[in-house]
Amino acid sequence: MSEKIAESRGGRQKPPAVIELTDVHKWYGNFHALKNIDLTVRKGERIVVCGPSGSGKSTLIRCINRLEVHQRGSIHVNGVLLTNQTKNIKEVRQEVGMCFQQFNLFSHMTILENLTLAPILVRKMPANDAVDLAMSYLKRVNIADQHDKYPGQLSGGQQQRVAIARSLCMAPKVMLFDEPTSALDPEMIKEVLEVMVDLVNEGMTMICVTHEMGFAKSVADRVVFMDMGEIVEENTPDEFFDNPQVDRTQSFLNQILSH
Amino acid sequence: MANLVFIPAPDLPPPPGQVGIIRWLKLNFFKDTFSSVLTLLGLYFIFWITGPLLSWFILDAVYAGDSAACNAAEGACWSFIRAQIKLFLFGLFPRDLLWRPILAAALLAITFALTATRIIPVLAMVLCWTALVLISYWLFAGGFGLQSVPTTKWGGLMLTLMLSVIGIVASIPLGILLALGRRSKIGLISFLSVVFIESIRGIPLVTILFMATILLPLFMAQGADLSTVFRVQIGIILFSTAYIAEVVRGGLQGIDSGQQEAADALGLSGWKSTALIILPQALANVLSPLIGRCIALLKDTALVIVVGLLDFLGIAKAAAQSALWLGFEAEAFIFCAAIYWVLCFGLSRYGRSLEQIGAAK
Repeated sequence: MSEKIAESRGGRQKPPAVIELTDVHKWYGNFHALKNIDLTVRKGERIVVCGPSGSGKSTLIRCINRLEVHQRGSIHVNGVLLTNQTKNIKEVRQEVGMCFQQFNLFSHMTILENLTLAPILVRKMPANDAVDLAMSYLKRVNIADQHDKYPGQLSGGQQQRVAIARSLCMAPKVMLFDEPTSALDPEMIKEVLEVMVDLVNEGMTMICVTHEMGFAKSVADRVVFMDMGEIVEENTPDEFFDNPQVDRTQSFLNQILSH
Repeated sequence: MANLVFIPAPDLPPPPGQVGIIRWLKLNFFKDTFSSVLTLLGLYFIFWITGPLLSWFILDAVYAGDSAACNAAEGACWSFIRAQIKLFLFGLFPRDLLWRPILAAALLAITFALTATRIIPVLAMVLCWTALVLISYWLFAGGFGLQSVPTTKWGGLMLTLMLSVIGIVASIPLGILLALGRRSKIGLISFLSVVFIESIRGIPLVTILFMATILLPLFMAQGADLSTVFRVQIGIILFSTAYIAEVVRGGLQGIDSGQQEAADALGLSGWKSTALIILPQALANVLSPLIGRCIALLKDTALVIVVGLLDFLGIAKAAAQSALWLGFEAEAFIFCAAIYWVLCFGLSRYGRSLEQIGAAK
């Protein structure tokens, strides 16, 4: 009782949960890829997921927008339970934006067409409005002058920024990033991370799988460490990097922070 | 302490070619003894063959006159072609109604020009080709205000073009659907697609044409009767569809799965992502084999002679055996080959131009 009073007086209401994974398991055939995943992401939170290769990080976030199918447990996105129903999946995918390691821009369309395609076809936006929307996001990621080029004519960093803008055009509630800078050379990593930091400063809820520990330290609310399909440890960046609780986390940190 | 300033060196032009024309000739044709001997043999061969070819084709050829004049001369008898040109082009189509196939040919040229120059959007193109097929059929067959012409009178280049164009226009969309069907997650559709493709691919076109002429009437309702031209056209469409499906399937397999994932992540439905994202890229990747199938189809239509239809090649053969013009098979077949070559090379060039549009991206 007293806690409730304390909460309503001066304490803060917790923001609503945007993504809830409860006891999620996934198998690829006989291989148990995700085990006992329990994760809650609230509005405005920034989660960084890290871990060794094959730990299930990408599988985890791909389950959220149904690019992978989980076999046990439940996933709620924005209150909507993720099931096999097409309508359901479509609803979820419109609220969740995703950026891939390989950018996956549509190479036969110009940058502008890449961005306006989904708003026009999925949100049924009129073409002119879609173009204005696209140009505004291209300006935000500093690439407006390239709008009539083709993806093949841009550098990796530029392509990834376009990919981010393309996801933003659908006004998602959550952005998922699957190792967005892993395919970029070092000078381009910075320009993409700057865009992501801007997004974060505007309050975007974000789950980012990355190896960029600097980004995690400066931006994340929570760092989630995964290994062998399980969440091993989950903590604030300060606690995570300076005071890891689990031995596996410690050995991982020793490896990545030593160079 | 980065005190030194990096100023990039200016780009220089590459060194000029060190060879003049004489040296170029020497390098490419007379590099060593063996090469020189081959060059001289080649030159000798060219001179040896050019003279007689030139005389036969052009210098000694007869351009006007009758059969007797041709027999008296040494060279080719092009007057035979000129005299029989209507037969070559239109088969036995009534001579007073030739404006109809000519109009159809003009419409074909216009539709092709519209497609090749890409002035009109894709949907309009599809409608134009459909309209062309329907209008051409009306012009050939008659009815609805035009005098009827039975299909037995269709022949020559007109028939070849009709069989090829309708074959290509019908089999490309059907082939694409079949390729998608083969990759479908619905087991029954996938199974049926595979059965169709592998059955057709396992049978020669000649056999399919025979089967079409004999078996199709069994599938039709009682009393309905399709002319041979129809049965053959359906056989050609089925044949081409199976091969086009395999070509398109190859293209689909070459598309990175990330494209489908990105489309899915944006919320695009299955059909929209297939039609707008996957298929355009897949087709662009296999333009060359696709055009190759179209060229092959154009030439394969010559096989209809085995079921008694007189297409361009069949007419050429028949014309060379007509009583008035006996003995000029060479001219007939050379003319036939030349026209086929022009059409096939035209298709090939068109395909090349399509590839270059994609390469610019």
